[in-house]
Amino acid sequence: MKFQSFLIKYSEIGIKGKNRYMFEDMLVSQIVRALKPVEGDFSVGKVSGRIYVNAQGDFDYEEAIEALRHVFGIVGICPLVQIPDEGFEDLSRKVVAYMDEMYPDKSITFKVMARRARKDYPMDSNELNAKLGEVILDAFPEIRVNVHNPEVYLNVEIREQINIYSRIIPGPGGMPVGTNGKGMLLLSGGIDSPVAGYMVSRRGVLLEAVYFHAPPYTSERAKQKVVDLAEKVAKFSGPIRLHVVNFTEIQLYIYETCPHDELTILMRRYMMRIAERLAKENGCQALITGESIGQVASQTMQSLAATNDVCTIPVFRPVIAFDKQDIVDIAQKIDTYDISIQPFEDCCTIFVARHPVTKPNLNVIRRSENKLVEKIDRLVGEAIQTTESIIVG
Amino acid sequence: MEIYLDNSATTRPFAAVRDTMIQTLDEDFGNPSSLHRKGMEAEAYIRQAKARIAATLKVEEKEIFFTSGGTEANNLAILGGAAANYRAGRHLITTSIEHPSVLNPMRHLEEQGYSVTYLPVDRRGQISPEDLAGAMTPGTILVSVMMVNNEIGAREPVEEIGKLLKEKWPAVLFHVDAVQGYGKYRIRPRNAGIDLLSVSGHKIHGPKGAGFLYVKDKVKIKPILFGGDQQKGLRSGTENVPGIAGLGVAAEAIHKDLEGHNEQMYALRERFWQGLREIPEVYLNGSAGREGAPHVISAGFAGIRSEVLLHALEDKGIYVSSGSACSSHHAGASSTLEAIRLDPKLADCTLRFSLSMFTTEEETDAALQALKELVPFLRRFKRR
Repeated sequence: MKFQSFLIKYSEIGIKGKNRYMFEDMLVSQIVRALKPVEGDFSVGKVSGRIYVNAQGDFDYEEAIEALRHVFGIVGICPLVQIPDEGFEDLSRKVVAYMDEMYPDKSITFKVMARRARKDYPMDSNELNAKLGEVILDAFPEIRVNVHNPEVYLNVEIREQINIYSRIIPGPGGMPVGTNGKGMLLLSGGIDSPVAGYMVSRRGVLLEAVYFHAPPYTSERAKQKVVDLAEKVAKFSGPIRLHVVNFTEIQLYIYETCPHDELTILMRRYMMRIAERLAKENGCQALITGESIGQVASQTMQSLAATNDVCTIPVFRPVIAFDKQDIVDIAQKIDTYDISIQPFEDCCTIFVARHPVTKPNLNVIRRSENKLVEKIDRLVGEAIQTTESIIVG
Repeated sequence: MEIYLDNSATTRPFAAVRDTMIQTLDEDFGNPSSLHRKGMEAEAYIRQAKARIAATLKVEEKEIFFTSGGTEANNLAILGGAAANYRAGRHLITTSIEHPSVLNPMRHLEEQGYSVTYLPVDRRGQISPEDLAGAMTPGTILVSVMMVNNEIGAREPVEEIGKLLKEKWPAVLFHVDAVQGYGKYRIRPRNAGIDLLSVSGHKIHGPKGAGFLYVKDKVKIKPILFGGDQQKGLRSGTENVPGIAGLGVAAEAIHKDLEGHNEQMYALRERFWQGLREIPEVYLNGSAGREGAPHVISAGFAGIRSEVLLHALEDKGIYVSSGSACSSHHAGASSTLEAIRLDPKLADCTLRFSLSMFTTEEETDAALQALKELVPFLRRFKRR
């Protein structure tokens, strides 16, 4: 069956009171953005509190559904048949035709869910349910009604036009991007950080991202990998500004100056500091990381506390209590996993101690940092100065 | 300045290769199977390439079958050889240091119920013909041994093995993966008892996507691709005329002054090797002098992750490989370095420098100089 229209279902926006129009408008603009690259001519509109997508002429159905499935805020996408109101006889014929085409195998159970939004329609919802049910049963003897647990809910909505739909394709849920501020994601080449970005973005947060690389010792491929990951996340979040920070000098300086078992913690503290400065410069209200308690030495409770110590804005860690497999499952769902597992060295793996400290003492760490006082401010300043920004997605 | 020392990964094509290929793309673009003149013109390139290649091996033109490269040639030899002989037996022998395009078809055959013996190598990466003789069974149908190992340049005794097989087990097929050896050694498959020989174009200054399998006359193997029965049905598919034409030109050119180029590469290799010895804690893999191939130098720089040194050299315009370019896509140790029982810690620190006939002393000296600066510098950041 060929559909030209989609009804977009959203949930949480509904409870936002007076701000509701703002959330809906944002959702509409996100849908418009997502459909832009899709072959076809689409209009997206808000009609009496519902969002419709209409396609004019030919369009790529699969691609359109795929694009809509990446728009946060959408809980369901309903391919819709829209007909003008030309009386009940006509409606009956079209409902029967719809059922016939959608369900070639008639051994199904169904229930009609009529809704009379236009109150001047001669039948009320209950009458419509009963009458349309009868018409369908008459047309197809094998079909059965089940009012409690049907396989098919046939929705018939009487509005200016009449909407008929029975399929709801699940959307990603969440809230429209742009309704909840902006966050700076620390994006490594790993599995966790793209998932963290996806999860926070799903709450309506715009993303920027920062990646630390160590040229020439990390390869261009490692950087490309991060760009590729950002691109996958951007399919959901919309374009991401990716800040690429050259971390080599800082890393080597720490390496030469401080005890080796503290390197990772010290490095991460400087990464957080730089990320926070970039966040503030770019209007982000929070940092986002893919840290998960106990996953590696730098993510023990003590290490997290030592890293967090340098931050003044909130740090969101959406996968903090996730098991690795749970994170992998999401990474696979959002298609970042296969990119993340490419084996290119990144700056966190090239110069690191064999036995990093797992329970850093904050006082000791701060004392080590004092040894860096001679050059570190200049090096951090230079790193921020030379940061390269790329728009991805 | 650009110093390309990764010639075992791929080589820069000869100018004549490029010119010939352009000609086949611009004007002589016909399908060699077409009956009209355009087809004849294209076919002429293939005949000429066959003639040129056959001359380098002193074999007949009808024994050359073009493939998409070394990987396909190896697959065709092993899978096609096994399929043609499955009534005779289900056992194959190879070495533990083969290229993945040999090892993986072998593993595939194991899944199909064949058994495979992987011969061990000594510290220099060489197998022993005695081990091979000991592994032979009445069900052995094919032996596959590489001529030159791609990671450390070890030269395998293929001539000796070929003679041994022809003497004692004449029915067993002998396949040689000569991807790293062709163009470095004058190979005589007839004298060496070789039935099947794989060659790749882009390792000899020819194009990527073109290679060939030598199949000795009367030796029967089965195809692995099915289609329009081109190349006597052994390799269906419209011939890659630009690639084949380029391959032919490269094959002829690389054999022109092969001995002279080898002398030059051996001298550079020796000089490079001596230079490396001046850097503390550098460990060389494979054999020095004429026992190893002229173009491969494998060295471990203790304490420095190979990827770090590779990118530091890249920063100076010097291109090398870590371990083997082909296996460097995978995490974990290389199979060759494991097989020569290299300390895994050192395997992680191993780089491969590979020369070509175009490599100059100026270039290898510059690379040595860069290493002498970088290695001590990077060791300051050694893992402890």
